[in-house]
Amino acid sequence: MSIDADTIRHLSEVSVSVELQTEDMTLNIGPQHPSTHGVLRLVARVDGERAFDVQPVIGYMHRGYEKLAEVRTYPQITTIVNRIDWVAGYANEIPFITAAEKIMELEVPPRAQYIRLILTEMARICSHLVFMASYPLELGAASPLFFALRERERVLDLLEGVTGGRFHPNFNRIGGVKPAYGSGSMTRKWVQDLPAGFYRDTRAAMDRVLEVCDELDNLVAGNEIILARTKGVGVIPVDVAASYGLSGPNLRASGVPFDLRKMEHYLPYDELDWNVVTGTNGDCYDRWWCRLQEIRESAKMIQQAIDQVPEGPIQAKVPKVIKVPKGETYVRAENPKGEMGYYLVTDGGNGPYRVKIRSASFSNLSILPWALEGALIPDIIAIMGSLDFVLGDVDR
Amino acid sequence: MELLTDLMSNFWIALVLKLLVVALIIPLIGMVIGFAEMKLSAKMQARVGPYFAGGRWGWAQLIADGVKFFQKEDLIPRDADRPVFKVAPIVVMAGTVALFVVIPWGPGVIFRDLDIGIFYALAISSLTTVGVLMAGWASGNKYSLIGGLRAAGQLIAYELPLVFSAVAVVIMAGTMSMQGIVEAQVSAGYPFVLLQLVGFVVFMIAALAELSRIPFDLPIAESELVMGYLTEYSGFRFLFFFLAEFANMFSMSAIAVTLFLGGWHLPGIPADVLEFAGPLILIGKSFLLVFAMIWFRWTFPRVRQDQLQSLAWKWLIPISLANVILTGVFKVVL
Repeated sequence: MSIDADTIRHLSEVSVSVELQTEDMTLNIGPQHPSTHGVLRLVARVDGERAFDVQPVIGYMHRGYEKLAEVRTYPQITTIVNRIDWVAGYANEIPFITAAEKIMELEVPPRAQYIRLILTEMARICSHLVFMASYPLELGAASPLFFALRERERVLDLLEGVTGGRFHPNFNRIGGVKPAYGSGSMTRKWVQDLPAGFYRDTRAAMDRVLEVCDELDNLVAGNEIILARTKGVGVIPVDVAASYGLSGPNLRASGVPFDLRKMEHYLPYDELDWNVVTGTNGDCYDRWWCRLQEIRESAKMIQQAIDQVPEGPIQAKVPKVIKVPKGETYVRAENPKGEMGYYLVTDGGNGPYRVKIRSASFSNLSILPWALEGALIPDIIAIMGSLDFVLGDVDR
Repeated sequence: MELLTDLMSNFWIALVLKLLVVALIIPLIGMVIGFAEMKLSAKMQARVGPYFAGGRWGWAQLIADGVKFFQKEDLIPRDADRPVFKVAPIVVMAGTVALFVVIPWGPGVIFRDLDIGIFYALAISSLTTVGVLMAGWASGNKYSLIGGLRAAGQLIAYELPLVFSAVAVVIMAGTMSMQGIVEAQVSAGYPFVLLQLVGFVVFMIAALAELSRIPFDLPIAESELVMGYLTEYSGFRFLFFFLAEFANMFSMSAIAVTLFLGGWHLPGIPADVLEFAGPLILIGKSFLLVFAMIWFRWTFPRVRQDQLQSLAWKWLIPISLANVILTGVFKVVL
């Protein structure tokens, strides 16, 4: 065994704790704790500031959506899937609707696809801005919260203008999208589908989002203490990340260019010019940085998309009562949190026979026992925050 | 005026009057700083801050908060060490009040000009940490315990740079009396910060750590330890900690002003005006430092325990020690 500085430090720590015979303490973090993003509970064995055997306890927010989906019709289920990851409610609808459309072999009009794309990217910006707000707060810096949330509000206003809902838009219909709130009648829905001034407001809002990205870059990445707290902390190597099924920015921060927007063609992403953001070290800072870059990419994507939105109907021809023929499929999409998939089994009725929801946060959270082993208490919060999970997405 | 001298000559009446002044000044300063913190943080975060209380600018927000605290139920957890839990806020407050004794408000205006003024001030300021440790231990809560122990570790690490940077000033002034230090700066014609810039910076960093303000607020660390040693406190006991924190910010700043920024003296102001203006000058200078502390609070994140300790032991203590030696050498040579 070669003796380097780390080994010596390790050995000396071992000898000290053997001499003192210190007793470990069991620390129960959550389910009510300021930094567990809701009702996550961690049970950790704590030796001074160091935590071992961290066990996440989940399920406090289980709402049984998979079971609920079995007793509901397809249009009703979009209201449920909205509430899985409520930070980006809109993005949850896409894979479910796409799955149903795939079994029905329905062609969605290009205009509806573009509207879906724009709103999905807006949801991504909102979700990542929430992360930009909460992550510095978990490290102790309160001010970036307000800068990020202020811009998120602008984007949410746009989402609300189109869909009528800020968090739970419930906007997708099988075969297209709902006619926009306050615009056109149901019979002439393809005439006026986006609210007036939407393109102009979106352009302005995206410019502002790009500006606030620079501001956040200065405010957060320009701060020595934040760098000291995040660089080299919670490093997740590629093989570990892959073995725990990480996805989304958490996986890309480790350097894997895995982005379902490039791989699955559920929305016309290949018609736009954008890059998959990847980090290099897989530490907390890279995960933060990846999300910041993704906000920029999404804003650029939206700017391109609103120039390219084709004219035409926003709804394919579907029967009044939607029945999906017998079949099964799995559709996955790149949600802000990572890969979100629905395994849909249908029996030809009004509602699905069985729905399995593969949520990104659940898999992302599963790495916690590995990532938090031997971490300091402040690093527990830093690593947990950097994985950016939502408990509704974990428990469903 | 004669009436006042007559009254003051009676020991008991004078005592009551002095106590009244102390009892009013400390909450008042605490509330002013608390309000400043609310308003300044709002300004830095593009918010309005308190607005409705009192009708205009929310000036009565802190009074309303104080009333609210008194209405709260006095909760003591079942597992708490009851006597220690009850005494802890009083110990913290006692440390705060005792620190006001040696603050020189103006020429001759000081509660007690001790010969060992600065030594007393630095010693008594650590009493606050004892109270914090008591609170952390007695709460019967693991978060509180971790918070209390963090506070103790922080005190041990940062007391040294605090004392060393004060020692350099004492060497320059040749006295430990607080009035003596100010008068030494008056007669020297310049505030000591000009020669003791390093000491001033080290003192302020260490003072931030002593006050456990961000970036050194590890004993409270809301996102990690819920509320640290304050987790189980509510009602007026919490108010005691709250007021003590803000009053301590002021007294630490006042000590820094006395040591480095010329205390109550401002060049160009005649001596007879200074007798009245002294307290105002001291308060003004202290509030500048308090403003800097509030500024840091809303700009910086929190450091980690190991980073905190290595900053103290690897940087601040060697630097302040070198500063003491250098100051001593120059004092002897010049």
